[in-house]
Amino acid sequence: MRLEYPSNVKIVRVPCTGKVDVSHLLRAMQQGADGAYCVGCLEGTCHYNEGNLRCRERVEHVRNLLEEVGLEGDRVRMYNLSSGEGPTFAAYAKEMTEHIKELGANPLSQKQKAAA
Amino acid sequence: MIVAQRKPFEEIMNMLKGYKKVLNVGCGTCVAVCLAGGEKEVTVLNTELDMARKLKDNPIKIDGITIERQCDREYLAELDSKVDDYEAVVSMACGVGVQFLAERFPQIPVYPMVDTSGLAANQAVGWYEERCRSCNQCVLGMTGGICPVTMCAKGIYNGPCGGTNNGSCEIDTEQPCAWFMIYERLERQGRLDNILELHAPVEWLDQTPRTLVQPGYKKVDPEDLV
Repeated sequence: MRLEYPSNVKIVRVPCTGKVDVSHLLRAMQQGADGAYCVGCLEGTCHYNEGNLRCRERVEHVRNLLEEVGLEGDRVRMYNLSSGEGPTFAAYAKEMTEHIKELGANPLSQKQKAAA
Repeated sequence: MIVAQRKPFEEIMNMLKGYKKVLNVGCGTCVAVCLAGGEKEVTVLNTELDMARKLKDNPIKIDGITIERQCDREYLAELDSKVDDYEAVVSMACGVGVQFLAERFPQIPVYPMVDTSGLAANQAVGWYEERCRSCNQCVLGMTGGICPVTMCAKGIYNGPCGGTNNGSCEIDTEQPCAWFMIYERLERQGRLDNILELHAPVEWLDQTPRTLVQPGYKKVDPEDLV
């Protein structure tokens, strides 16, 4: 399956989305990422029972924190798919990239560039 | 354990608006367990503050350190060589920790980052329920292990009151009547006569800070403390 997805998406592999912490997502935004999203297994199929559900809750929390800070919460999202759904993975990458393009660049990265 | 919740971000931003260099001190004991003020929460708050202040073009340098306990001199001593590098110190510990920190470093402003909620049990991760108001007059032995001060809306020692309503409290049908629960438990244990014993009300008046010295220990001269 030689699928294409946007080259701007950088993948960070974790054993389970339950490993993703609020601070990981916040740090990504702090360091200038325009957006971040977690791709977990389908709900109800987690090998660790509720790793992907915990991730979803953390993503929701981060969205609220970003709004408090003054950034768009929708820069962070959660997606679910099964490991056999390569085309869906590529489709989500495309969807997220287009969504972030609509929102524009992370204002923090612009300020960092201006300061440099 | 002591439980707390983080203050609203807006309140925190307001408290720190005049500062450019701040040290955030976490506490690795109760507030870390209740997910309010441990190392992880220090990181999250510092990241948020850093982003928010950058967005307002008013950057802040905020460092974090989490010590084992803020209510213990032994651990606060770690901060002695650090705090003077900052304009202010913020604490994610409970009210005890914040005060103890402020007492040790009277030369520098100390701000609380959490609201201390009370003494609670851990029902599940992230879910805590109050069970004790530290009234200093424990009657749990007479009430079947159910605290009337905490669990009864009126905190009465001799209940139930006229507001008991088929097992619920008059303030809310979702709130169980503590004295109904006490009655049921004592009845099950065959010691319902306990409920007839009268107890003097808690002496909440004229409250001054309570000092506790355990048997075998004594107060020492403050000059001798580290």
